[in-house]
Amino acid sequence: MSADRALRDPLDESTRGQIEAALAAHQGRPGPLLQVLHEVQNRLGYVPPAAIPIIAEALNLSRADVHGVVTFYHHFRQAPGGRHVIQLCQAEACRSMHCEQLTEHVQRKLGVELHGTTSDGRYTLEPVYCLGNCACSPAVMIDGELHGRVTPDSFDALIAPLS
Amino acid sequence: MNIKVYVPRDATALSLGAGRVAAAIEREAQSRGLQVQLVRNGSRGLFWLEPLVEVATAEGRHAYGPVTVQDIPSLFDAGFIEGKAHPLHLGLTEEIKELKSQQRLTFARVGIIDPVSVDDYVAHDGYAGLKRALTMSPGEIVDAVTQSGLRGRGGAAFPTGIKWKTVLDQPPQQKYVTCNADEGDSGTFADRMLMEGDPLMLIEGMTIAGIAVGATQGYIYLRAEYPHAHRALNEAIAVARASGYLGSNVLGSGKQFELEVRLGAGAYICGEETSMLESLEGKRGEVRVRPPLPAIKGLFGRPTIVNNVISLASVPVILAKGADFYKDFGTGKSRGTIPLQLAGNIKHGGLIERAFGLTLRELIYDYGVGSASGRPIRAVQVGGPLGAYIPASQFDTAIDYEALSAIGALLGHGGVVAFDDTVDMAGMARYAMEFCAKESCGKCTPCRIGSTRGVELMDRVLANVDRDRNLQLVEELCDTMLHGSLCGLGGMTPFPVQSALKYFPEDFRKTVQ
Repeated sequence: MSADRALRDPLDESTRGQIEAALAAHQGRPGPLLQVLHEVQNRLGYVPPAAIPIIAEALNLSRADVHGVVTFYHHFRQAPGGRHVIQLCQAEACRSMHCEQLTEHVQRKLGVELHGTTSDGRYTLEPVYCLGNCACSPAVMIDGELHGRVTPDSFDALIAPLS
Repeated sequence: MNIKVYVPRDATALSLGAGRVAAAIEREAQSRGLQVQLVRNGSRGLFWLEPLVEVATAEGRHAYGPVTVQDIPSLFDAGFIEGKAHPLHLGLTEEIKELKSQQRLTFARVGIIDPVSVDDYVAHDGYAGLKRALTMSPGEIVDAVTQSGLRGRGGAAFPTGIKWKTVLDQPPQQKYVTCNADEGDSGTFADRMLMEGDPLMLIEGMTIAGIAVGATQGYIYLRAEYPHAHRALNEAIAVARASGYLGSNVLGSGKQFELEVRLGAGAYICGEETSMLESLEGKRGEVRVRPPLPAIKGLFGRPTIVNNVISLASVPVILAKGADFYKDFGTGKSRGTIPLQLAGNIKHGGLIERAFGLTLRELIYDYGVGSASGRPIRAVQVGGPLGAYIPASQFDTAIDYEALSAIGALLGHGGVVAFDDTVDMAGMARYAMEFCAKESCGKCTPCRIGSTRGVELMDRVLANVDRDRNLQLVEELCDTMLHGSLCGLGGMTPFPVQSALKYFPEDFRKTVQ
């Protein structure tokens, strides 16, 4: 029921404008849906549920098609994330360097679990399965910037300057 | 005097501070009134030395590393821009032991050139393969690739030339060349390094593929976790197009080839070729039933080449130097070279390109110098999350497709992840099932349901609930997944589980506190 309400929620002018700009950038190319969703998320920080019918209509797809794609991929967020997105690698190479301990530390330090956003809206914490930095594990990405051989102390130093 | 100083733009180098080092060098040079030309190259792949700073001198390039921002004033004081001595001085880069002993064909230019300069690329033998291909018939190009013995480097090791021949044999219509750059296997980074360090080589390989099979459009399917590679590829495509190497009239040949990068969205399954095609079409990355093969009905239902980054990047040298040159490297049915990626709990991790046939022990101890923790290495996982765990007793196995397959392992994309003796192999077996459950596309039951049941069974084993019966069930479940899954995700998740059970049974029988 709440999802249904979200779909009917009117979007403000500027949000709608961003969605339309995202569509304009990729519409007309073959199979553009994934690229449109990337563009929407780049512009808004997430893919609002109310964007789905607009995208569906513009690309001549059903709402179910678009919803299905948004929910299939881990990368797309359906609610706004924090001001900073922190991705902690959980894959084998990082496990060989005990990334579970780093993850514990980060969760405790920020007071939020993986997949969660801190209550002040500052950080979103996400698991990620390989950042391709496997010879310098554990790897962490903060707002698109990659860091290697991260320790609890070096993690604290990395987030200290973030507001 | 204009001195060339090289500081990598490679993601691993940046993750260790290469960006700050580059900025500090520029600042320091300016304050000393020195003319320094900063080149942002790829990485040489010696990651324990990153950030590795190089300076060009008359006798060759001198290397310094690992460099931090604090080292910059003393490097200038010591005269590093003339290749002079300093505690971080490593001598001539080409003479570094771990680099000198490699056989770099695919990574010949990575770390050496400016990745987004066509002039630099051409000055280092770039585009020789394409120029040669433009003088050949499509059939001759495909034959050269077949003759070279090149097998798909993404993991499946299928002969590349045979794929190309199938696409070539389809009647003329819109055909596609797609590059699988969804390098999701933990412990692998060869695709990333190549795309960041020598993207024009991939572009050249795809262009040759397009001309060989009559495809005018190429797509690179790149994982979203690689923003640095994304930038490098887009810059390289733009300069290639501006210089006439891409577009409606490639090098004035009248042949057309266009290229576009499309981003994935964090789904491991999209590294499976049919799932990747679905995703490229903008759909859920659900695996397709084969047949039809992608070479016959692939992207948008058209004949499509699907090759890994390293496979496509191996093509230019095969065309430029001939199939025999490439084939002379390697052993048995594993021809050419393989870029190995040494990762995990390892002292000297990085990229090692060698002819097939090096042993795991040579890789781990001669190149890797043992574990990062200093403890004994207990196991390595070869070939990503779907690869088997190999115990120390089998480290004398040669790294080639047949030798690994003989011990129930697989080479995959060439990633080798080391674990020391603190690893809990039962935990790793549980993780393999958990990863499969997270990443399953959901299309087939053995993978979708089997992986979830696998996690539950492993939890009972770990908690010592009816342990023998549940271990028996794990074995039976592995058998079902192996034989009943639609693709390699469900079909190969049993490999790490079964190998952990076989070689490390004691980890599954620990007493529960």
